Formats: sequence, C-alpha cells, structure tokens
Amino acid sequence: MLAYIIRRLLYALPILVGVNLITFALFFVVNTPDDMARMQLGVKRVTPEAIDRWKAERGYDKPLFFNDAASGSAMLSETIFFSKSVRMFVGDFGRAEDGRDIAREIVTRMGPSLAIALPTFIIGLLVSVSLALLLTFFRATYLDFWGVVLCVAMMSISGLFYIIGGQYLISKLWKLVPISGYGGGLDAWKFVILPVLIGVVSGIGSSTRWYRTIFIEEIARDYVRTARAKGLAEAAVLFRHVLRNALIPILTGVVVVIPLLFMGSLLTESFFGIPGLGSYTIDAINAQDFAVVRAMVFIGSLLYIVGLILTDLSYTFVDPRIRFN
Amino acid sequence: MPFLPVILWSDVLIWLLLLLAVVLGWLSARNPLWRTAWRRVGRSRAGMASATLLLAFAVVGLLDSLHYRPRLVADGGQGASAQPTAYAVEVLSLLDALLTPLRTRNEKTYSEPLATRAHARETIEVRGSDGRLQQTRDHPRLRYGGAHLGADESRRDADVASRVLQALGLALLAWAAVAVAVCGGVARAQGSGWRQAWRRVWRRDGDFAWNAVLAALAALLLLAMPVALLATDYHVFGTDKVGQDVLYQVLKSVRTALVIGLVTTLVMLPLSVLLGVLAGYFRGWVDDLIQYLYTTLSSIPGVLLIAAAVLMMQVLIDTHPQWFATAAERADLRLLALCFILGVTSWTGLCRLLRGETLKLRELEYIQAAQAFGVSSLRIIGRHIVPNLMHIVIIALVMDFSSLVLAEAVLSYVGIGVDPTMISFGTMINNARLELAREPMVWWSLSAAFFFMFSLVLAANLFADAVRDAFDPRLAGSP
Repeated sequence: MLAYIIRRLLYALPILVGVNLITFALFFVVNTPDDMARMQLGVKRVTPEAIDRWKAERGYDKPLFFNDAASGSAMLSETIFFSKSVRMFVGDFGRAEDGRDIAREIVTRMGPSLAIALPTFIIGLLVSVSLALLLTFFRATYLDFWGVVLCVAMMSISGLFYIIGGQYLISKLWKLVPISGYGGGLDAWKFVILPVLIGVVSGIGSSTRWYRTIFIEEIARDYVRTARAKGLAEAAVLFRHVLRNALIPILTGVVVVIPLLFMGSLLTESFFGIPGLGSYTIDAINAQDFAVVRAMVFIGSLLYIVGLILTDLSYTFVDPRIRFN
Repeated sequence: MPFLPVILWSDVLIWLLLLLAVVLGWLSARNPLWRTAWRRVGRSRAGMASATLLLAFAVVGLLDSLHYRPRLVADGGQGASAQPTAYAVEVLSLLDALLTPLRTRNEKTYSEPLATRAHARETIEVRGSDGRLQQTRDHPRLRYGGAHLGADESRRDADVASRVLQALGLALLAWAAVAVAVCGGVARAQGSGWRQAWRRVWRRDGDFAWNAVLAALAALLLLAMPVALLATDYHVFGTDKVGQDVLYQVLKSVRTALVIGLVTTLVMLPLSVLLGVLAGYFRGWVDDLIQYLYTTLSSIPGVLLIAAAVLMMQVLIDTHPQWFATAAERADLRLLALCFILGVTSWTGLCRLLRGETLKLRELEYIQAAQAFGVSSLRIIGRHIVPNLMHIVIIALVMDFSSLVLAEAVLSYVGIGVDPTMISFGTMINNARLELAREPMVWWSLSAAFFFMFSLVLAANLFADAVRDAFDPRLAGSP
C-alpha cells in the first residue's frame, strides 16, 4: 500500500514538471517580459528605462534558461526559469503586484474558500444522490419523466443566473441574509448560507441526471434480479444493493474534486465578495497579475494530481476486487 | 459596388462547418448504419422539436455571418463621382441590414419593454396652458419607441393588442401553409390520400416526428411573429443603459454563442481523433507520450489554463495593434483565439475515450485479418478504425455544444471571454448584473438574455440526448 502510494507520487512528478513547463512557456516564451512590462505600464508612457525598472523589480531581468554572465551553479540558478518556475516546487511563489507574499496569502485565503466549498460539496452530493435514488425508485413513471425534464432544464441555466437570481430573491426581496461579504468566526454562517444554497441548487440538475443514469445501468445487472427474485422489497434492493455498487462509478467523478475544493469557486466567491482563493484568482486575472495566476495554476494541478491518487485509493475501500499490484 | 464584402475568419469557419455538415449528411445517407441511427433521431419527438428551434438559431447565426462594409454616401455636390469610393469603418452583417431599424434607433438610456417614455425621470420643459415654458420632472418621451403614435400615447395598448392579433393571425396562416406542405409531401411519398397523410403526420409513432416539428414551429411562429411586428415601432425587450435595443443584442449574441460552440470543436476534433487513435493503435512509447501529454494538460484546472492563455493572448493583441484593420477584425480574432484556447484545453476527455475504444477495436478479428493481409497501418486506421469511432465523435460534438455556450458566459463575466465590444450572452449578463440592484429595478436586459440563452442551451441539450440515444450502441437496443 505504502509502496503503491510512493510509486504514484513519483509518477506525479513528471506531470508536475510538465505543468510547470507549460505555464513557463505560456508566461515567458509566448510573450517576453518586455511585452508584459509594456502591458502593465500602459502602452503610452513606455520608456526603455521604465521597462527595465519594471523587470528588475520583479526579477524578470535575468536570461530565460542560461546565464552566461554568472559562473558555476549560478549559471542555471540566476535565470527566470529557476527563480520563477523551479522554486514553485518548494512552495516559493514570489510576490504579487501589491508586494505581498503569494504563499502566505494562499494559506490565509484557504479558510473562507473551504467554508463555502465543503458544505456545498457535501450537501450537494447528498441531495443529488437522494433525488437520483428517488427518480430510480419511480423509474418509467411520470414522476421520473418530469424529474428528468426538470433536471435538463436546470442544467440549461447558466450558473450566473442562479447567483444573480438567488441574490435578488433571498437577499434583496426577502432580506433574509446579507447580499455579500464575509465575517470571521461564528458570525460567518449568515454569509455562508446563501452561497452554499445557490451552489447546491445550481449543481442539482446535472449531477442528479448523471447519478440516475448510473443507478439505472446498475439496476439492469443480474445481481439485482437475484435480489428481487429472493423476495427483497424494492427499497431494500435499491439501498442495500444498487446504491452500494453504484458508489464505484460515482466515486470516480467525486473524489477527484475533493482536493480542488481548496481552490474555491471563482464565480461564487467573486459574486459574494468572499476573500477566498477563487476571488483572489479573479482579481489577479483582472489586474493581470501574472505571478498569482501562475501560482494558482501550479497549485490547482498539484491538487488535481492528489485527487487522482485519492480516487485510486478510494477504490480499494469500496471495491474489494481491486487490489494494488 | 454599394458595399465592400468583408470576410472575417470566423465567417469562413462557420460556412466551412456548414459544408462539413452537408458532407457528413451525404456520408450518413450512404452508410446504412448511420442512416438507421439518424432515422432514430428523426423519430424522437424531443429531438426533432429541439432541432427545429436550433435551426431557427442557426439561420440567425448564418445571416449574421455574411459581413460587408457599406459605401459611404458622398455628400451630394458635383465632383462626387470623381472622389475615390470610401467605405465605412463599421463592419455590418446581413442580419444588421435586416435589423436596421433595431440597430439605429437608439434611445438615450434605459426604457422598459414596449414603453413610450423613458425609464428614469428627467427635467423637461413643457409648454403650459398659458403658453409659457415650465420645467417639470417627468419621464421624457422616447425618440423612437412608439413614435408613430404621436402625442396620443394612450392609444398604445390598443395598438399593441391589434398588432399582436394581426401577428397571431399571420403566424397561423404561415403555419398552416407549412403544415399543408408537409402533408402534401407525406401524401406523395406514401402515395396515399390527404386524410391518411394528415393522420400519419400526427401519429405518435411515425417514421419521422413531424408532429413535434410542426408543434415546435407553431410555438416559434406564435412567439416570433408578434415580436417581429411590434419591433418595427417599439423596443420589444426595452433598451439598455446606452439606449441600444435589447432585442437586437440578443439576436447578435446568437452568432457568438454558435461560433464558440461549433468552431471550438473544429480545433478539438482533429487533435483528439488523431492523438487518440495513434495512442490506441500503436501503443508503446507513442501511447506513453500521448497519455503523458493529456494527463498533464487535463491536470491544470480548465478555467485557470484558459485564464492564463487568454491573458497571454490579450498581451499579444494589445502589443500588436497594427495587425488589425478594423475593430471588428480584432474582436473576431479574439473570438477565434478563445475558440482555439477552449479547443486546446478540452480535447483531452474525448481523446481518452477514443484511445480506449481504439485499444478495444484493434484486437478484433477483422482488424487482425486486415493486418495479416498486410494492409498498411494508415489504411487500417482510415478505413476500419476511424469510421467505427465516429459515433463517439458525433455524441461528443453535440454534448459539448451546450457546455461551451454556458462556458462563454462565465468566461466573459470573469473577463477572459470575448472582446468587450462584441455582443454576446456573457457580455450582456456582465453589463446587466448590477441592474437588478437599481431603484426602480431594470429587469428586461437580464430576462431577455436569460430567455434566449436558456432556450438555445435547452434545445441543444435535448437534441444531444436524442443523438446520444440513437448513436450509442449500448442504448440503441432499448426503445
């Protein structure tokens, strides 16, 4: 088991290196630091001195891969590639445009992101699985038909409308909770409740339909017929047999996103003014803060790879037929 | 010439896609397996009703994909003919020409749907009964909305009602004409009488879901005809902050959504088919390399990769203004770049599917027989493997469309979508999202964008379901 995990982690390393190379190519090769400086300073009042100063402040004035001027190991380490890309592996993301340390900012912003994303994820999963079971129970009836129609309709609505509509209805019209903002400590619940509710509702359509398909496929299996043949009630068949076996395909899609919960949701956080990682990313995109976007890309893929490993591990817990080899 | 044709890159791709669709249709008609699959789509009522709606959207999008620059009218005087002909900087489309009243009749700012007066009060001068000018605060009269009524604004309700009635009558007439044509076609094809044909059309389990097509067409005509008739003199969906007609904006958004949803697949398809088939067929180091490539790409969260790529593209576009002759060309290239980025970031899922399926196919007897006969790998892939993967490709194409349209709205909101000057559902929502907080509330922009986007995505989803049910061999056996 441990050997397996270590091997998977070693496999992950080349992928992370690949991600690093892609982001490096995107940010420094497609556009030279000169272009970025011109963009940041504004095209009009650009002078060679201003560009040089901008680059020197951010450490972009070094050569890309290989430093002829330095000697020894500094030939490789005194480069943009080393100082901006390789150092990400040890958690050094450099500084944002406003001079703050990105790594520190990320740690403090994880809390609010999790406070929204975790409840949304858990409640959303429970609600959609229960609804899907309900539809499966009433399969081939009008309830099932109209349920699926409703699901398709709900997944055809853009997430933006859920947020705008929810904010308008609950916060502005009924004045139940504040429209946006975030508070630390126990007061946070009234800021959290609306984003979580909207997150759950906007996800119901597609996930319920997806889980229903899985259940329906599972229900056609032989063991289900056996269970019915020995006289089990339909509810017992569904809960004791179908649900447990359908967990395997459900896990594939679900476990992989758990680590990504740390990243928060871009839309929800920026609409509700929650100081999490999602709104951090959006602000960085709007301010064209390349260092932050680069750091978030790196962290995002790191978490995704962790998710993939977790998925593989979780299989062994739900499916004893799968063993590590 | 009264105009100068402008061929934008996205126009070329859109018409190319139409050509591809025609070729695909021709190929399907020759292949018995596909013919039956498409027949199954044709039998699906939800599929055909949504296809009718999609066709209407496609017509709007195609009309909006023929661009030109009108000639500037020289101002009268002699020697006008001697001047070199000048063309406007503004690039228009055929749709713009058809919608000229909507495009040009701009109010000052917000006005409600079908309003004759502006939404906000202003200080206006009114000539009082004693003939003197008095200043009062009131809703000023709109310049174009209901202008034909003159001073008699109270007639508006009656006017609207009579126009709607006229439109409904016209819609019914048009629908009846289509229905008769369909019945005639069916009667000729069956060699039967009209009564039988009529009954056949409305039967639940016919060979082709004509009933769904006609029902969808009826709904479409009953909604579109009153809008068309009212739009000549009113702002049917109101006007936005800068006084532009909202109906015009939603119609223009359709093309952007179609380009994003369709052109992206042009980028995605070759990548995923080529790499997926190569990986599955050759295995070994080719497979390892391609697997590494797509695992790496898919491990970067989609939005972030798109954000990074779009940011870089923005820098590229902003630092090279000399590449673009008109603003429309710049916006167009940015749209295409967005499609390209979306395509490059979203081919991995389909590629993985195709690789798995190819791995399965290459072990089948008929492929092994071909290999034993010494058929070259290229020929085996071209003749035996790719045609047997097409059902996966078609299903993936129709399934991706709606998610791409939805993604465009989100990306435009985040600020990494289409050019801000390009009208799209995303930019409309982005501009209108704070309007609900205004007092009094401005709801029409957002509602119009919602309604049109919802119907486009819903139709696409329903059509995708019908296509999947018909093409997926696992589902094909079941009714």
